[in-house]
Amino acid sequence: MAEVLQHDVLVVGAGLAGMRAAIAARAGGANTAIISKVHPVRSHSNAAQGGINAALLDRGDDWEDHAYDTIKGSDFLGDQDAIEVMCRQAGASLIDMEHMGVTFNRDDDGRLGTRAFGGQRRARTFFVGDFTGQALLHVMFEQLIKSGVQRYEEWFVTALIMEDGQAAGVIALEIRTGELHLIRAKSVILATGGCGRLFEPSTNALIVTGDGMGLVYNAGGQLMDMEMVQYHPTTLAGSGVLISEAARGEGAYLRDKDGNRFMERYAPNMMELASRDVVSRAEQTEINGGNGVDGCVYLDCTHLGEALIMEKLSQIREIGIDLAGTDMIREPIPIRPGMHYIMGGIKTDIEGRTNLNGVYAAGECANVSVHGGNRLGANSLLDTIVFGERSGNHASEFTRDMSFPEFDINGTLNRERRRIQEMLDRPENGDRWSAIRREMGESMNRNVAVFRNEEGIEETIDDLHQLRRRYENVPVHNKGKNFNTDLIFALELGYMLDCADTIAVGALDRKESRGAQFRTDYPERNDEEWLHHIVLTKGDGGPITSELPVTITKWTPEERKY
Amino acid sequence: MDVTIRVKRQDPEADGEHRLPYWQEYPVTIADNATVLDALIQIREDDDGTLSLRCSCRSAICGSCAMRINGHAGLACKTIANTVVQDGVITVEPAGVMPVVKDLVVNFDMFWEKIEAVDPFLKHMGREPDGEYIVSNDAMLHLSGVTSCIMCGACVSDCTVLEVDPTFLGPAALAKAYRFTADPRDGDSDGVSMERLWALSEPTGVWDCTRCNECVQACPKGVAPMDRIMAIREQAIQQGYNNNNGARHTDAFTESVAHSGRLDELRLPIKSVGGFTNMPALMDYMPVAFRALRRGKMPPIAHKNVDNVEAVRRLFRQLEPDPPAPRVSNNSPFG
Repeated sequence: MAEVLQHDVLVVGAGLAGMRAAIAARAGGANTAIISKVHPVRSHSNAAQGGINAALLDRGDDWEDHAYDTIKGSDFLGDQDAIEVMCRQAGASLIDMEHMGVTFNRDDDGRLGTRAFGGQRRARTFFVGDFTGQALLHVMFEQLIKSGVQRYEEWFVTALIMEDGQAAGVIALEIRTGELHLIRAKSVILATGGCGRLFEPSTNALIVTGDGMGLVYNAGGQLMDMEMVQYHPTTLAGSGVLISEAARGEGAYLRDKDGNRFMERYAPNMMELASRDVVSRAEQTEINGGNGVDGCVYLDCTHLGEALIMEKLSQIREIGIDLAGTDMIREPIPIRPGMHYIMGGIKTDIEGRTNLNGVYAAGECANVSVHGGNRLGANSLLDTIVFGERSGNHASEFTRDMSFPEFDINGTLNRERRRIQEMLDRPENGDRWSAIRREMGESMNRNVAVFRNEEGIEETIDDLHQLRRRYENVPVHNKGKNFNTDLIFALELGYMLDCADTIAVGALDRKESRGAQFRTDYPERNDEEWLHHIVLTKGDGGPITSELPVTITKWTPEERKY
Repeated sequence: MDVTIRVKRQDPEADGEHRLPYWQEYPVTIADNATVLDALIQIREDDDGTLSLRCSCRSAICGSCAMRINGHAGLACKTIANTVVQDGVITVEPAGVMPVVKDLVVNFDMFWEKIEAVDPFLKHMGREPDGEYIVSNDAMLHLSGVTSCIMCGACVSDCTVLEVDPTFLGPAALAKAYRFTADPRDGDSDGVSMERLWALSEPTGVWDCTRCNECVQACPKGVAPMDRIMAIREQAIQQGYNNNNGARHTDAFTESVAHSGRLDELRLPIKSVGGFTNMPALMDYMPVAFRALRRGKMPPIAHKNVDNVEAVRRLFRQLEPDPPAPRVSNNSPFG
């Protein structure tokens, strides 16, 4: 019997939110560990390109303006108490990151420089070229090294252990050796990111498979507003890789096949910098109306000049050259809306607590909810830092005078070993995880995308039922122990199917159009009946929905125009 | 496009033949603009679930998929297949230097140990400002050239020093170190990172690089690790850390050419180790010297100037206005 691993606070996921949480918990005095299925710097926080929002008072900005823009962006579905927390904290968190060593671009006076971003009335997005997420992630990893947090790198969590309604630890597969371990904990913080790979295509990295959402859902926890799925307006033709909003922030235009700036007709004031849901819908309308080319419209940066592009947009220029063979300095690049982010997630309060005692969530896997129906660009990095830190602080405090929950460690571990062994022992015939995932992704992208209707969503719900039955027999071809990714992908697919169910059911339930949810059969926002969150919990026949009021502090819902 | 992906596979944990490296060929049909990674993912998903590789972002930002493609390290997601196909075949092997875990997956422990060895976090002596540090945009843009490193390990894979000397900190860790030595916020109030520069001048540090340029070629993000290593050497010499073989070698090289217009190959190694005061090091050279002598390759004892040496000296006077810094002890001033 190997020694039992145990930590006061165990963070699952080592992107920005997870590392920030772990550093905070450690600083609070808790014995803290972080576990991640990839090395921390491989996390998907890397993909955030454009920047991080903050209203700095000494620039004449006001956190309340930032809060209002965020609330309007959310189509009034965001909880205003949480948004206030985030926007008040933003300045201090930004300066913290700068002190940690982030190489933010500067203005002429050597102070932090800003760029404009979508859905905001002033430039308050701080940035490092067009790789802000990567810059922040690597600096956070530096701080993690410094912090003395124990790291379990390339360990994949297969189960969340709850004992008497209290978090008690996780079971995880050490990927390099194939060994299954049980790690005891007094508190578990989930920071596992989104679930974008259940759409095909998606801008998301291949690791973004909804693990934490699936773990909580299966443990009886609450997911919320899962129907709110963001399609980013500028993803590359073909590969679907992200082209940052920074391009439009720096002044790029969107053009149809004849060169017209069609946003004039959809958002005459903000034009290309309207909120993402608005721009994606406009593009899709143009494409559906025959004004695109091969399912795309154009992002035109040619008037920005080579110098600006090389200084501020060099990475995405390279992506365009590498993956589309197009140099944006010289010609417009073909783009289309692509699945990018999920506003929904594990329901938490402003301290990161879920409805499961001792379980916290932060970052994209969580829904606190600051993004509501539509997230503003550059608010996601801020969300990870602010609520990662708060979760870590609270979990550290929560576990201080507590003992480890007692339970049958060997029995729990052996049950999980048998479950995994059963998967490995299945006959090799039958559809592999890859085929099921592809069909799921295509169905979601067909019917639960920019435009939705009842008939389509129901078709996808049927597809998902059928896919789940096939999943129950999914074979694992690789029977080996070390670095068996075949097994991991099969396990991840289970998490993705759970998330897909909740997204589809939420989309069917919400009979209105708000934020990213646009129902062609209910094209108007309906505050009378639908100004509330949709909470989803696991039932016998699929997700069960319930309502939760939106927290409104001082900004009354109004018509949304850009 | 039809192409055969030839993969070097290995399962060190397996019993039997797959314990040792072997080649497996996968014929695939891929889109014309597909990357090598697209092809490998297609194999993994449609053809062979036992093939192991790391990959995630597909856009050269996560650093997972570094491997050797046709013999040279690079990112599979950044390599368009039709640009590297040779006679219908693309050859893919795991990254070098690091041991194989399985197939295209290598063990990065040594990579991260080296990163941690350079104290990879900002160390500012003195009080932090209330707001942000005031620094120039140019300084930050310069650092961005290094912080764009994604830690993929391509440079380490192809480093010719690490191949034979695992103690060398290597290109990735030294580029990471430069990210701090060149940061105006790191070190003292003038932005000088004295402690780092001392440590990096020690054996295993910047002077162990042989300037082969492989890391510059391999880097998929334009970080140019070798250039950063050279920049640290310069920073260290400027701060007086010049009493080591590498710095003395540089100085002796320069002195020789400045004086005679060419290299004095006999005196260069002697000066590099610190002259006749360092007898043990000189004795180490004796076997080499005897072999050179026996084979008639001993440099001439009398070193002659090139014709028109004055022109060379004039050039040096124009280019090198600063006198060399005084030599200081290489013992750590920091205890």
